[in-house]
Amino acid sequence: MAAENLKCKECGAEYPLEALYVCERCFGPLEVAYDHNRLDDLATLRRRIQAGSQDVWRYADFLPLSGPPPGPGNRQIPLAGVPAGWTPLVRAERLGERLGLSDVWVKNDAANPTHSFKDRVVAIASARARELGFDALACASTGNLGNAVAAQAAAIGLPSYVFVPADLEEQKLLGTGVYGTNLVEVRGNYDDVNRLCTELAAERDWAFVNINMRPYYAEGSKTVAFEIAEQLSWSLPDRLVVPIASGSLFTKIARGFEEWLDLGLIEGQLPVMNGAQATGCAPVASAYAAGQDFCQPVKPNTIAKSLAIGNPADGPYALDLARRSGGSIDAVTDDEIRAGIVLLAETTGIFTETAGGVSTAVLAQLAARGDIDRDERVVLVITGDGLKTLDAVRGSYASLHIDATVESFEESIAPAPMAATAAV
Amino acid sequence: MAVAVKIPAALRAATGGASEVSVEGATVSEVLAALFEQFGELRERISDGDGSLRRFVNVYVAGEDIRFLEGLDTPVADGAELTILPAVAGG
Repeated sequence: MAAENLKCKECGAEYPLEALYVCERCFGPLEVAYDHNRLDDLATLRRRIQAGSQDVWRYADFLPLSGPPPGPGNRQIPLAGVPAGWTPLVRAERLGERLGLSDVWVKNDAANPTHSFKDRVVAIASARARELGFDALACASTGNLGNAVAAQAAAIGLPSYVFVPADLEEQKLLGTGVYGTNLVEVRGNYDDVNRLCTELAAERDWAFVNINMRPYYAEGSKTVAFEIAEQLSWSLPDRLVVPIASGSLFTKIARGFEEWLDLGLIEGQLPVMNGAQATGCAPVASAYAAGQDFCQPVKPNTIAKSLAIGNPADGPYALDLARRSGGSIDAVTDDEIRAGIVLLAETTGIFTETAGGVSTAVLAQLAARGDIDRDERVVLVITGDGLKTLDAVRGSYASLHIDATVESFEESIAPAPMAATAAV
Repeated sequence: MAVAVKIPAALRAATGGASEVSVEGATVSEVLAALFEQFGELRERISDGDGSLRRFVNVYVAGEDIRFLEGLDTPVADGAELTILPAVAGG
């Protein structure tokens, strides 16, 4: 495997590939470093990827396990777990038409087993946790991650502990508890939950997927980029629109493209990266607008709860990425988010949760602002399923209420002109 | 005024393994100064050259991030708890 060590993103200090996430020298975050020079020639590598399983493990060469992917062929970790990734990339002509764009695509990560992109990161973190000998999974979650951790733990037979803010959508709580996890609802917001779990991670011998396993977890988001490139016949889109909570997905998608560009597996240049936040929790978009390279934390107040991280640890890297790729980070209101959900649903048949409403609304905003050329190839990243945030679309449509007779239906569906006139 | 400072696992090598240290101070910067006095190695790890905190260091007084309070000037009551933690991306 090509993973070499963990490396501090701030000072470059190196550490072994263990359950470490913070640099002891400067407190910076650690990231997996690879030596891709040891990989096979490009044609062989490409063939191996194409012949691989239809999940994140087809990209095992770029993921941080020390052994082969989990599954029956792996003596150390024989249970494969929840299959994540290889989700559809669909052409969205009708959405494009509405926005005056000719080449819009949707990467539909709601199609993952627990209906969000979090299955990808949990697949990697939980496999590495098993390699390292952990016997329990845990996480601090805004909801989607909790679903993914609880499901994965059930599939691989480990106990799990999911910490969430107590005010989450009921669908996300139910969709976690059903897997038999230890669900802990914390009185506080996500940043409180994250602080608590960071303290607990030092006291408990658990694999907190997004804390002490975070360097491995974050690598899973690269597979979104790999799939998009492969699904576009080994080419790059011109632009991506991606939601930002902590900034990890946004920055790791770019890292995925850059790894393949460096190797020569794909050609071209890094796509323009547009980040999307909700105005009710927009620490990264605000810092972008103010020209700052750090984020001032905020207290979240938005319907986009899966993006409600007021203290985004990867914020500085997200800001840097938006600027160096020629992109931006924009924010949209709760009403625009609701309209975004409906716009995507009406034009693509994809029902997304509030985070997808945020990305769709930001895409619409960029198009209206004239930031996107009509012929640009744009990929909209949809990270989760609308069934997780049903309240967001309550009242967004009207239905007919009729008796079970043809007359009643005919009267309701197309009121007679005379009757309509009479009513006026 | 005695303040309990909770030391994160990644910094315990600099405190001889101690997970909690008691120091004197009436504000966050006084508490940190007293802490650095006792464990010199901590200074270079969590503060940058000009005396402010490195950007991935989060400090909490009684559970609240000091960036929502008065930053390094935040008063710390006698018997209060100050927590130092690395910033970690969420999910």
